[in-house]
Amino acid sequence: MSVNTKDIVYHRPRLLTDNNMHYCPGCSHAAIHKILADVLSDMNLADNVIGIGSVGCSVFIYNYIDIDWIEAAHGRAPAVATAVSRLNPQKLVFTYQGDGDMASIGTTEIIHAANRGENITVIFINNSVYGMTGGQMAPTTPLGMKTVTCPDGRNVEQNGYPLPITDLLTRLPGTCFVSREAVTTYKHVLHAKKALRKAFQNTLEKRGTSVVEFVATCCSGWKMSPVEANEWLNTRMKQMKMGRLK
Amino acid sequence: MESEVRLMKGNEALAHAAIRYGVDAYFGYPITPQSEIIETLMAQRPWQSTGMTVMQVESEVSAIHMVYGAAATGKRAMTSSSGPGISLMQGGISYLCGANLPCLIVNVMRGGPGLGTIQPSQADYYQAVKGGGHGDYKLFTLAPSSVQEMADFVSVAFDWAFRNCNPAMILADGTIGQMMEKVVLPPARPRLTDDEIAHKYPWAIDGARHSRIGSNRIASLELDAAVMEQRNCERQHKYELAEQNDARAEATLTADAEVLIVAFGSAARICAKAVDLARAEGLKLGLLRPITLWPFPSAYLREAAEHARGILCVELNAGQMIDDVRIAVESRILVEHYGRLGGAVFTPTEIVSAAKNIFKL
Amino acid sequence: MTTEILIAGFGGQGVLSLGKILAHAAVMEGREVSWLPSYGPEQRGGTCNVTVVISDERISSPIVDSYDIVITLNQQSLSKFEQRVKPRGILIFDRYGMVDLPKRTDINMYAISAVETAHAEDVDKMLSMVVAGALLSISPIVKPESLLAALQSVLPAHKHDLLPTNERAFNLGAQCVVAKEH
Repeated sequence: MSVNTKDIVYHRPRLLTDNNMHYCPGCSHAAIHKILADVLSDMNLADNVIGIGSVGCSVFIYNYIDIDWIEAAHGRAPAVATAVSRLNPQKLVFTYQGDGDMASIGTTEIIHAANRGENITVIFINNSVYGMTGGQMAPTTPLGMKTVTCPDGRNVEQNGYPLPITDLLTRLPGTCFVSREAVTTYKHVLHAKKALRKAFQNTLEKRGTSVVEFVATCCSGWKMSPVEANEWLNTRMKQMKMGRLK
Repeated sequence: MESEVRLMKGNEALAHAAIRYGVDAYFGYPITPQSEIIETLMAQRPWQSTGMTVMQVESEVSAIHMVYGAAATGKRAMTSSSGPGISLMQGGISYLCGANLPCLIVNVMRGGPGLGTIQPSQADYYQAVKGGGHGDYKLFTLAPSSVQEMADFVSVAFDWAFRNCNPAMILADGTIGQMMEKVVLPPARPRLTDDEIAHKYPWAIDGARHSRIGSNRIASLELDAAVMEQRNCERQHKYELAEQNDARAEATLTADAEVLIVAFGSAARICAKAVDLARAEGLKLGLLRPITLWPFPSAYLREAAEHARGILCVELNAGQMIDDVRIAVESRILVEHYGRLGGAVFTPTEIVSAAKNIFKL
Repeated sequence: MTTEILIAGFGGQGVLSLGKILAHAAVMEGREVSWLPSYGPEQRGGTCNVTVVISDERISSPIVDSYDIVITLNQQSLSKFEQRVKPRGILIFDRYGMVDLPKRTDINMYAISAVETAHAEDVDKMLSMVVAGALLSISPIVKPESLLAALQSVLPAHKHDLLPTNERAFNLGAQCVVAKEH
């Protein structure tokens, strides 16, 4: 049975490849990839974009979104993006980084790239743990949360406070747009798409650094089912300022 | 800009040569004894003339990864530093090799280890030629011994790097970087346009997908061991060809040398004078100067040492190049080391005395 | 012919500049040159020195054991480098504040009063040019006109109004050679 084109209300984003994603069930990466592919398609950027991948679960993003990719070393994506953007100013350049990558080992690079106001978009996936290496504590892990490297829950004496990296970035004069998004509900997905679109638009218009944080789930790291993980994140989000931060 | 005779420091000459060669980008962080490189680039403001990007960045770590990013898009990118900064770059250098990207890294060596001293040294030989970072890789390593070579090797290094899709290094030291000599700067040539890059380097990322050959990505990750081994074998094959074809050395009075001195960079300059002094005394000393440290000029060395009864390897370190010298002559000739460490520098007569003492001349 | 020269003194006395101007002058005369400073924090005070080699041939080593000409502008440098003058070589030392005078008898020694002269004539900042004048009156390693032309090329254009004063300082040099010791 063929479907009448005018009846199509949803289709797979053109830029998503046919490769099976390696992400765990319930992982936010898959949904965020889809949004990213959609927005790039919608904005007609497929042949004018360079993505900078990073180290973490999303390291294979180049297998899933069919654009030009450069794989950066752990934490260094904003440095790589700086050079790519400076030398190819007509291109949309963005990074896709996790919280272990950006908020821990790559703190220097993100702070300085954002402070210089590099014309890049930073897509920051914050799931509060190190997913790829097996659910260890991240700088963003909330107090009290248990992980394999803080088995009694994160505590201030031993581990210090969670690093509010996105809030820090709002304070830098080089950032033009900072937003905190999620993909736990359809409403959030729609909002996130708008934020991403806005960020890319800023980058194309050379307004400075745009940051879109996605608070994300990690079912494996959190040892929760997808439903539990979504619910837990939705509860946590009530204590966070969501949406546009700058 | 036409070719031009100038009196300048090695560091300055290298910066001018980079602009004239049409380098697209320099990323660096100041450190003695090479800060004149970035200072000269900034003073010349090449972004106004050639369009070259010059950035002082937050760390050597960022600098090398910016080089990586620029190189991934087919641009001629470079950085420079001294030992402490070059150590910080090692991870990035390994990634550049892993992703088969060309670039130029300049190390103006100072005494170490640690913060060490700012005085000249050659103690980063192992780091440069034996792989300072992880994995099986090599850097095409040039050792300039004059201000002229600081300028000339910019093009030699970049040409090799782009021919072989692998980083190249200029391994100088504080003496070569800080001294002034007469230098003929090469005529300027324009930077490549984006179209020329796309045509010459089909592997380069340009964000337009149509330029890709098989892949639209620059990456070094591969979890399939068989594929990873194959990539490594291809890399090693490239290195074997370089070892056969790309080694360079300069021989001085080696034909009848009884004792052959082997020295590179600034040490070779001091040894050249030592050879003159020795010859004036009737002592048959000769000098072989490796110009490429990798590939090591083993064949040149064997030829130069044909009639020698001993080899004196003179280095501003505790004995690093001596390993390659011994391998080259397969231990058939006595090879001894003479060196000064941690920023101390030998004088020509000191080397003549060392040769006399060690080989009972 | 090759002339190996060392100039040593306090940072700020123009030691490196004097070496640089000599080097430029030699290049203008079509000769080979190497200029090697003691670099780093020494430039910011303390003692510093520079080795200048001028030759008609390709220069082998920029680092040498002993010198044809040593010029010292402070006591530390005089004490340190007196022994590095080649036999029959030249030692030129500024006598201002010297307590331990050089003792060698196998070299040509000249005491100069460049520091006092520069101060008396209000050209303290051009001490290096006074010393240059003294040096060339003792040993004409480059032509005075080359030296002055070199100064013009080394000085940035916005400082070219200082050229006449520099020339005056240079001309004072010859008169401040106070004694040939041996």
